[in-house]
Amino acid sequence: MGDILGLVGKRLGLGLVILLVISIIIFFMVELLPGDIAQAVLGQGATEDNLAALRKEMGLDKPAIVRYLGWLSGAVTFDFGASVVTKEPVISLIGERFMNTLFLAAYAAVIAVPVAIILGILVALLRNSIFDRVANVATLTSISSPEFFLGYILILYFSVKWGMFPAISSLSEGMTLGELLQRTFLPALTLVLVVVAHMMRMTRAAIINLLASPYIEMARLKGTPPWKVIVKHALPNAWAPIINVVALNLAYLITGVVLVEVVFVYPGIGQALVDAVSKRDFPVVQACCLIFAATFILLNLAADVGAILTNPRLRHPK
Amino acid sequence: MSLFVIGYYTLLLVVSCLAAYFNKRQVFLLAFSLTLVSFILGIVGGTGALKAVAICAGLLGLTAMVSYAFREFLIQMAESNVGMSFSNNPPVMYVCLIAPIIYCILAWLLGWRFGEFAFALIIIVILLIAMKTETAKELRTAPLTAAFGMFVIFTYAIAGIFAPYIAPHGEAEVISSAFAPADAEMLLGADQLGRDMFSRIVFGARNSVGLALTATVAAFVLGAGAGLLAATKGGWFDQFMGRVADVIMSIPSLIFALLMLSIFGPSTPVIICAVAIIYAPRVFRLTRAVAGNVVVMDYIEAAKLRGEGTGYLIRREILPNSTAPLVAEFGLEFCFVFLLVAGLSFLGLGIQPPTADWGSMVRENATLISFGDITPLIPAAAIALLTVAVNFVVDWMLFRSSGLKEQ
Amino acid sequence: MKKVKDQMMIDRLADAAREGRISRRSFMNYSVAAGMTASAATGLWGTSAKAAPSKGGNFRLGAHDGNTSDTHDPGTYVTFSMIQVAHTFRAYLTLIEPDGTLGPDVASEWSATPDAKEWTFKINENATFHSGAKVTANDVIASMNHHRGEESTSAAKALLADVVDLVDNGDNSVTFKLGSANADLPWLMTDYHLPIIPANDDGTANWQSGDGCGPYKLTSAEFGVNYTFERHDGWHLEGAYFDAVEVIVLNDPNARQTALVTGDVDAVTQLELKTLALLQRDPNLLIDNVPSAAAITMPMLVDTAPFDNVDVRNALKLSVNREELIEKIAFGAASVGNDFHHSPAMPYWPDIEQRQYDPDQAKSLLKKAGAEGLEVNLSVADSVYSGAVDMCVLYSEHAKAAGIKINVVREPNDGYYSDVWLKKPWCAVQWGARPTPDVMYSLAYKDDAAWNESRWKNPRFNELLRQAKAELDDAKRAEMYREMATLARDDGGTVIPFFPNFVYARRKNVGHGENLAASWPCDGARAASRWWFEG
Repeated sequence: MGDILGLVGKRLGLGLVILLVISIIIFFMVELLPGDIAQAVLGQGATEDNLAALRKEMGLDKPAIVRYLGWLSGAVTFDFGASVVTKEPVISLIGERFMNTLFLAAYAAVIAVPVAIILGILVALLRNSIFDRVANVATLTSISSPEFFLGYILILYFSVKWGMFPAISSLSEGMTLGELLQRTFLPALTLVLVVVAHMMRMTRAAIINLLASPYIEMARLKGTPPWKVIVKHALPNAWAPIINVVALNLAYLITGVVLVEVVFVYPGIGQALVDAVSKRDFPVVQACCLIFAATFILLNLAADVGAILTNPRLRHPK
Repeated sequence: MSLFVIGYYTLLLVVSCLAAYFNKRQVFLLAFSLTLVSFILGIVGGTGALKAVAICAGLLGLTAMVSYAFREFLIQMAESNVGMSFSNNPPVMYVCLIAPIIYCILAWLLGWRFGEFAFALIIIVILLIAMKTETAKELRTAPLTAAFGMFVIFTYAIAGIFAPYIAPHGEAEVISSAFAPADAEMLLGADQLGRDMFSRIVFGARNSVGLALTATVAAFVLGAGAGLLAATKGGWFDQFMGRVADVIMSIPSLIFALLMLSIFGPSTPVIICAVAIIYAPRVFRLTRAVAGNVVVMDYIEAAKLRGEGTGYLIRREILPNSTAPLVAEFGLEFCFVFLLVAGLSFLGLGIQPPTADWGSMVRENATLISFGDITPLIPAAAIALLTVAVNFVVDWMLFRSSGLKEQ
Repeated sequence: MKKVKDQMMIDRLADAAREGRISRRSFMNYSVAAGMTASAATGLWGTSAKAAPSKGGNFRLGAHDGNTSDTHDPGTYVTFSMIQVAHTFRAYLTLIEPDGTLGPDVASEWSATPDAKEWTFKINENATFHSGAKVTANDVIASMNHHRGEESTSAAKALLADVVDLVDNGDNSVTFKLGSANADLPWLMTDYHLPIIPANDDGTANWQSGDGCGPYKLTSAEFGVNYTFERHDGWHLEGAYFDAVEVIVLNDPNARQTALVTGDVDAVTQLELKTLALLQRDPNLLIDNVPSAAAITMPMLVDTAPFDNVDVRNALKLSVNREELIEKIAFGAASVGNDFHHSPAMPYWPDIEQRQYDPDQAKSLLKKAGAEGLEVNLSVADSVYSGAVDMCVLYSEHAKAAGIKINVVREPNDGYYSDVWLKKPWCAVQWGARPTPDVMYSLAYKDDAAWNESRWKNPRFNELLRQAKAELDDAKRAEMYREMATLARDDGGTVIPFFPNFVYARRKNVGHGENLAASWPCDGARAASRWWFEG
């Protein structure tokens, strides 16, 4: 156990360094974007006169490095500053949206992960049958269609033609959980379709990969039924790659859902990030990117820890 | 009860009986369950539904036959053993390869004609070199799905390379009114400006596949190169590259691309660079893992003791022993690149119009799908077909090489 | 005036059709646009005999173009969704009535000195803020000062540059003292940047609170997502039939369209034009296609070769097939432009002979100018107008017939208005609707205007502009605007292919009056206070 704690500690420390590097990269990329905040805010209505006034008001007359250090000194005390455009604290601006994003990701994950793993085991069991082929083609087709397009098709059938679910997932105060689940079903389903294929194929591959191992052969020769061979013998050893790909897809569910948010008008963090980029609103861009990066790092860590915990050989090193 | 319906059921029953007689369990199950399903479908949907089933089955059969024929064709080609004569004469091989490559690059830079043919020649030479008896042996093991995949890729390659000669109209040429229906002149109808959809799909094969291919290759050169180096050298270089990969992977890909394209403007080279940078770390990780397993092998130790350099180790020892998972990853990444580019064009940062690109074509007319108009489905289907085809081939390769541990 | 204008437009269309100048499709589209009010009237009044609109209901409006970084600061209003929101909870000194005339809002009446240099606005006694406080002269002055002075960051700064002083007359009225005469000042007060907001004690405007004196009270605002309102009882004008209003930001065109089809919203502010024909088949929807004063312009810098030659400019103006652009890019939802920036939806519109696609004449003009085989670059970005790049590609196809080679340069959306517009020799731009020709010309065609996008300096034009500004007699003004239009058309540096319509839609159970204001989508952005639910 001590090893694992040590590993976690080391990885967390490394994660902090990575976050710092990312914050520097993001800051200078935002700086490099053509035009500045003042121009983005005023748009076509900008004249030299009001641009100068706005720049001064926003503190853009200070050099870039000073502004970055100012932000950084706040960030180390968990004060991520305020939006340059709206003057609102970043936390209150994106906090609720991040919760929405997490909710949608959790909703999709709760459906997608079991479905993908069970399907993966089934197709491994029935490998090279018609069922395997059909599942393969269907999942490949679903990952190869652009997400927004999948969303449009789902909207066409589930809301326009059959009227089962609302076409837009706007949230409001005081919704019951049932309403919430019904409202957000279509975006969740779109995400499920996007991620299931990858996880299912991984599960199948990981299991099939083990089927040639001597101990599986042994189990089979003993006369164990095929499903038992897979569930009892192959699966426990296949967890590491499966957990890895699940973690990767969970990260995607949180960080890669901008398009789904746009299509279903879901108030998540992705839309806020794209808006902030278009307005050059550096503190908001920075906060969103750091949240995403932290999510990614934590999920990766969790996957590695999970892989160790599920593998007896790694759990008890020689 | 029309003649069609009677014939339909008779055929199914006869096939079931024959399958049962010859003890073909799979075929029997398929035919028999199809018969049962057809009963229900026939009652619910009438003759129309049965016809649809028959058409689907026919298409499936046709595809299977084409794939079979294509596989046999490839096997025949391979058995002729042309490749051997090339490998026996290395100078001929190099001349045949390098001359068209030079012409191709010059044609691209200076705008000469027939660049397409030079490019096609390169591919043909590469294929011919691969045509050996061993390849024939391998090809025999290919399932029909893989043959189908190869056939589709072959077709797309032809369409892409010879687009200007195949497409009946120019890619930006306005020839009719907006959304004109299909006719003898325009196989798939017109798009929102009255341009021929079929021509744009054909040109899209060149632009989209070309872009995705270049970007994926770039990602692989970067990622696999760094991964192999890191695995061989180890030490601080390994650590450093690993952390760089972590940083890039932690930035959400769409946002990274969005920033890159906003800074440098949405032109094709920038898209390729952005995509290569985004996907290189994934390739790096995989290569590093696979090569890491190879590096600890005894024969590498032996080579090191012999005093071989890093270049030799990578080229002759490590790379040949880790290609299988890399090829598999290539197939998947290739498909993801399409989707990323399509996603970018959804945010208004795709390839420059009026260049035909499948992702942008889906997006431009995507709203029409709400009215049951199939215009946006055509480019989407083109993407899906290629993805499925590539992965069929990849699946076969994976199956062939059991040395695969991850991905 | 709107009636007269419609009649004029229909007459013109009839003429055009007789002479075979316009296709059946365009003709149908225009006449529906011009006569839309009549057909809407039939639909609304003809079938049932209910006179007064009924009160009640929660009106959900799907608005396009919203951004998380939007704020309540009227000086930085830039998105369409904020314009909708602003007109729902805030009020302006004056407003544009559905029939296109100027009407009272917070100001109940206004008058000018004969030289049009001093304007006095009397504040409506009944106008109150949602907090309950009466609207005072102090509030009006603070609201205007928000856009004036060195420190101001407002995009409306240029609009009020002429205002020298604001005087509180003590009798609930405010006097605007101007540096130079301006007969259109009351029209200027309808600008979306200039709502009346409560004043702080120190004389600054308190825009942060979200308090306003409009028809609805803001109850919640999540920028770039949604805004909810409830009726402000005791609003100073007629209307506000809905009990509650919700503005939902729907940036994705497909989301807007499906939300409307499924009834998740009651109206949307913009439709994607390519689906227009398909949406029209839906029996539950009513589409409003309103000719507007918005414009697509392509300014050439007239001080830069080859655009410094008037024959070259006119050759380029002659070598665009406007009808085809309208048919393929605007899908019929636009009125044809005639190279002067004065749309048929603006007052004083002069009926000047329409310039036709004539590559032969263009060729001979080029010959005269010695510029045969002309090759020019046209800069454009996707964000200018949906299909803007396609529009320029079509233009270059048309110009080929006149022997002109137009290279379409697609610029990035980001920074288009800071790096391309006013800087590149020829580019495409979209202008929002302005209420009067004077506002439009003063902004972008006056010789010393900051946004004189073609750098066109015509002494006679500027002289007329100055005179018309001070002219309070409508007939004389109309005559001056006719002459200015002719000058801009034949000498100016701007190609104006068309004026895009506002195309928006509502569910069948949403009713509206006979006319629709042409200043913004959804009845001048006042759907919330002007429309109602049928029975």
